[in-house]
Amino acid sequence: MATQHSRSAARMMLAPAVILLLGWMLVPLIMTLLFSFKRYLPLRGGDLGWTGFDNYVRFVTSSAFWPSVQATLVIVLGTLLITVVFGVLLGILLNQPMWGQGVVRILVIAPFFVMPTVTALVWKNMFMDPVNGLFAHLWKFFGAAPVEWISDASLFSIVLIVSWQWLPFATLILLTAIQSLDGEQLEASEMDGAPVLKRFYYIILPHLGRAITIVILIETIFLLSIFAEIFVTTGGAFGSRTLTYLIFQRVLESQNVGLGSAGGVYAIILANIVAIFLMRIVGKNLDA
Amino acid sequence: MGRITLEKVTKSFGEVNVIPPLDLEINDGEFVVFVGPSGCGKSTLLRLIAGLEDVTSGAISIDGTDATGLAPAQRGLAMVFQSYALYPHMSVRKNIAFPMKMAKIPEDEQKRRIDAAAKALNLTDYLDRRPGQLSGGQRQRVAIGRAIVREPQAFLFDEPLSNLDAALRVGMRLEIMELHERLATTMIYVTHDQVEAMTMADKIVVLRAGHIEQVGSPLDLYHSPRNEFVAGFIGSPKMNLIKGEAAQSHNAATIGVRPEHIAVSTTEGLWQGTISVSEHLGSDTFLHVHEHGLGDEPLTVRVGGEIPVKHGDRIWMTPDQERMHRFDKNGLRM
Ligand SMILES: Nc1ncnc2c1ncn2[C@@H]1O[C@H](COP(=O)(O)OP(=O)(O)OP(=O)(O)O)[C@@H](O)[C@H]1O
Ligand SMILES: [Mg+2]
Repeated sequence: MATQHSRSAARMMLAPAVILLLGWMLVPLIMTLLFSFKRYLPLRGGDLGWTGFDNYVRFVTSSAFWPSVQATLVIVLGTLLITVVFGVLLGILLNQPMWGQGVVRILVIAPFFVMPTVTALVWKNMFMDPVNGLFAHLWKFFGAAPVEWISDASLFSIVLIVSWQWLPFATLILLTAIQSLDGEQLEASEMDGAPVLKRFYYIILPHLGRAITIVILIETIFLLSIFAEIFVTTGGAFGSRTLTYLIFQRVLESQNVGLGSAGGVYAIILANIVAIFLMRIVGKNLDA
Repeated sequence: MGRITLEKVTKSFGEVNVIPPLDLEINDGEFVVFVGPSGCGKSTLLRLIAGLEDVTSGAISIDGTDATGLAPAQRGLAMVFQSYALYPHMSVRKNIAFPMKMAKIPEDEQKRRIDAAAKALNLTDYLDRRPGQLSGGQRQRVAIGRAIVREPQAFLFDEPLSNLDAALRVGMRLEIMELHERLATTMIYVTHDQVEAMTMADKIVVLRAGHIEQVGSPLDLYHSPRNEFVAGFIGSPKMNLIKGEAAQSHNAATIGVRPEHIAVSTTEGLWQGTISVSEHLGSDTFLHVHEHGLGDEPLTVRVGGEIPVKHGDRIWMTPDQERMHRFDKNGLRM
């Protein structure tokens, strides 16, 4: 019962956790905001005082800004496309009764439990290495010249690695959604004369709409901030510098904390725009 | 039009044989009801006819042409499912239009048929709603609407009313019967419900473990059940089946007397027993009688109107000899 007494007791009990979390979040946020208005170069004179919006202007006008936005978009959208399309296909496939279903399902989910750094290293050295990589051997087997994945197709390589990592997540969510589809609906549409592809388009896909939205929402939030995969493979070179990576470089490589913080504030704003946008889509989808 | 013939059809799921060889003839325009205990294969049989399951052996023909290998959509049959199976993300209008859209019927013809179906089924005001915003009865009507607009050779219903409450069920039952009168299309209808079977059917097919026990008009089955199983299955409350001495005095292994064919008296009669429960329905009274010396099963007796008896009373019962059913030791009618 929610009496006045029990409610205030509940608030007291919750307070430590709430205060801790708020502090955890607010302190870095406020410090980022403070630094972003300062000229702060730790190795070259330290705190050099307030500069107003200088850092913000410099961050967006730097020649690296728009390419990094573009790289971010390519990686996020490319990964979303691959994971959703193949997630749906794999989900449907895994839903078919087959021998060894349990083992196959576990295997499919396995990549999700590998750490991003390890994933990227495995891909870089085992598959994409132009001399010893599996792909190089495959190419050579067919008489083609091995592709220098990391340098010649850097964005594509990263999309591939990240997709491999996130495909299990998409598959898992979409598989459970497919499992919840009422079999009689499919049978009804079969009787109504819908062949396989139309059944997919008119019945299965609309049924998956909600799950797909959730996959997109969650993945976007995490993909906007991928870092390890880039750090380990290209190190930000070959046009694979995302917004997150650019901020990292500004702060740690250029030792310009003010500029990096301004970039961080942009990233916060961007993430919030995406979040609001997606929340509205999800909200609409969840209502229906 | 909608003549369906099953020849030596069998169905097995892996090792389990659900339908042993079965022959059945359904004439054009007939209302056929499948009844039988749960798990006897009614749904399976219906799904075989629909093409949702493949027959293990045997042949199904529709209108004289072999349909055994045809896809469900090509058989020209429409099915109404127990769960309605409406498409939740489409409006009622789109749901009803779906089979026509798949058949590429022109838009204006689609519209004409939707309007006609909506009018016939009282759905005109709901055409733009989603199935989730409808009541059970309305959803059922949408499912029927979706079946009608295809103008199928035959309708297949799998327990379509079992999710509805009693009052709605009566209403929908009448609507389906009216629909059958109007369209004169073949209908195959699976049900558990005695009343539905008796009132709707032109022909009842009684199934047990995939076997057809008897095929006939409702009154045929009521008046001359071919064996004990049909006798016990058709009619509500169940027929009293009596073995032992009382049966031997009629030269039978078992005799069957329907509850409504036993006369009750407080003073004289053939059998005597003690009332354990009396159910007063107003129009009828059902008495469950114990200690009648005719076996362990209680006897059920129907008395028209009210009768002033209660638990523990001793009464006399006299079966109507003319309407007594006699079965031999194999359970077959004599
Ligand atoms: N896909 C299947 N795999 C294996 N066995 C099945 C399958 N479908 C049905 N059966 C079996 O076939 C038998 C008949 O099932 P069916 O659904 O036709 O019964 P029913 O007469 O419709 O019963 P109810 O009145 O309860 O709906 C049952 O014993 C059931 O267990
Ligand atoms: Mg059934």
